Amino acid sequence: MSEVLVLIDHSDGKPRKISLQLLAGARSVAAELGVEVSAVWLGPGADGAAATLGAHGAVRVHHWDSEDAKGFVTVPQVDAMAQLVATTAPAAVIFASSNHVKDVAARLAVRVGAGVITDATGLAVDSGAVIATKEVFGGDVITTSRVAEGSLPLIGIAANAFAAEESGGGAATVVPFDVSLSDAAKAAPVTEVVLQASADRPDIAEAAIVISGGRGLGDASGFELLERLADLLGAGVGASRAATDAGWYPHRYQIGQTGRTVSPSLYLGSGISGAIQHRAGMQTSQFVVAVNKDPEAPIFQIADFGIVGDLHQVLPKLIEAIEARAA
Amino acid sequence: MRIVIPVKWVPDTASEKQIDPDGLTVDRVSVASVLCPVNEFALEEAVRIKEAKGDDVETVVLIVGPEAAGPTAAKALSYGLDRAVRVTDDGVAGSDALGTAQVIAAAARTIGFDIVLFGNQSTDSRTSLVPAAVAELLAVPSITYVRRLDVTDTGLTADREHEEGWDTVTSPLPAVVSIVEAINEPRFPSFKGIMAAKSKPNDVWDLSQLDGLDAGLVGTGAARAVVLSATPRPPKAAGTVVTDDGTGSAASDLVEWMTEKKFV
Repeated sequence: MSEVLVLIDHSDGKPRKISLQLLAGARSVAAELGVEVSAVWLGPGADGAAATLGAHGAVRVHHWDSEDAKGFVTVPQVDAMAQLVATTAPAAVIFASSNHVKDVAARLAVRVGAGVITDATGLAVDSGAVIATKEVFGGDVITTSRVAEGSLPLIGIAANAFAAEESGGGAATVVPFDVSLSDAAKAAPVTEVVLQASADRPDIAEAAIVISGGRGLGDASGFELLERLADLLGAGVGASRAATDAGWYPHRYQIGQTGRTVSPSLYLGSGISGAIQHRAGMQTSQFVVAVNKDPEAPIFQIADFGIVGDLHQVLPKLIEAIEARAA
Repeated sequence: MRIVIPVKWVPDTASEKQIDPDGLTVDRVSVASVLCPVNEFALEEAVRIKEAKGDDVETVVLIVGPEAAGPTAAKALSYGLDRAVRVTDDGVAGSDALGTAQVIAAAARTIGFDIVLFGNQSTDSRTSLVPAAVAELLAVPSITYVRRLDVTDTGLTADREHEEGWDTVTSPLPAVVSIVEAINEPRFPSFKGIMAAKSKPNDVWDLSQLDGLDAGLVGTGAARAVVLSATPRPPKAAGTVVTDDGTGSAASDLVEWMTEKKFV
């Protein structure tokens, strides 16, 4: 029986949150195509994750148990995926639209002659073809697309596109496979991994709630306020380009046309005017809340709930009220 | 050492996008367009490498696009780059990311390169697929999402950003590199730079001039990602806006709203 392969993005031996969302998306497609869902785990640690992957719908886990998977830039994973695609002839490959995984998909597509669609927010099947919905031009235009007939579909899923619901399945069967690496696989070694993100705070790409701040915060200390609020809500913290360019918060958290795109259930922007360049990175959020002194700020045009006021007054009161509710 | 910097002419994020009568593509000819803002960081980085390493470094801007993308060359050169090549050919129209990668890879091969230096994404389609696809076609490492780059005569060291921090990696040359905006602060082109750009070499090629290009892999017919429909985003209904009384008391209205939506 053919399979839908789901490339599991994992960190520290655990599937990342988005990987369970991928399995949910893959399940919906696989059911329509009449095929099974298989996880793919590149690198050590699949055994410890087999129960979780099974509970989210994977029948089996194709496992390449090698440190090489993450010890060198991208190419070993491409070698592994190309060989797995050749032996399993999958109906589709589903992957996370996160930075480094997209590289694997791009190289794999060239290598095996597949078609790629990234950042899908919805999946459907029509006449046996996988149809992906996605947003382009900063969310201004919504498209549906598919890969050309006869091409293997490689479909990248945007974070939070699917709810990571369990399927009730038992542990996935771990199926090891070997990879013969290409000559170029070890050209670019990873010499150090620096973990900068807070272990307790989700990244903005994956967070269900994003708390974001801009020029109106006044200085870097404003972000301490945002972080307190974020940690109460289990949210990630982002920033506008004005704030990252001012050095108030690291560039890696910049939301906007030159930075990251987020699509959380709730986006709360404080002291952000909402210029189009910023909106291009967040306007696909499900709900938008804005706090800004300027009633004319464009962010109010897309806010579901807005407060015209001084964030230095409003946010401490908001934190107080949420703490009181939690107590 | 030669650095090739592919840049893209993109619809201005602030411009209104019109769907073509075919219902599938956005009108890229009449829409107000700009040099992709992410490319500015790549151009700046190329100029900095040249400044650090001296005149042995040649920096070449590469544009793949229609005639209308012509102004990109002068704009990009004004940052201080040495010359530009624009590939303009009706056969390119309708290419997907992989088709575009075929053209860029063949053009880079024709120009000759030690580094192909990209922005990590374009502000229009944002697939981020092209740099790694070009690297695969050129059979070189893809060192992408770079926030710090050190280049020597034979190799490079780079910090590659990911969701949890970054990986430090090394790579031999030639290589494909893509940078993120954290890497530098682009300068504004000087008046001198803008004037000098007018007299720099600025070649226009068609597909037949590219080494080793299989034209069958380029254009609408070869696209392996096929758009079925395109619709403008529906306008958002107006939300609730409250004005705070100066004490922060409006926060309680927000908590009520958040409770109703089950966020607290």
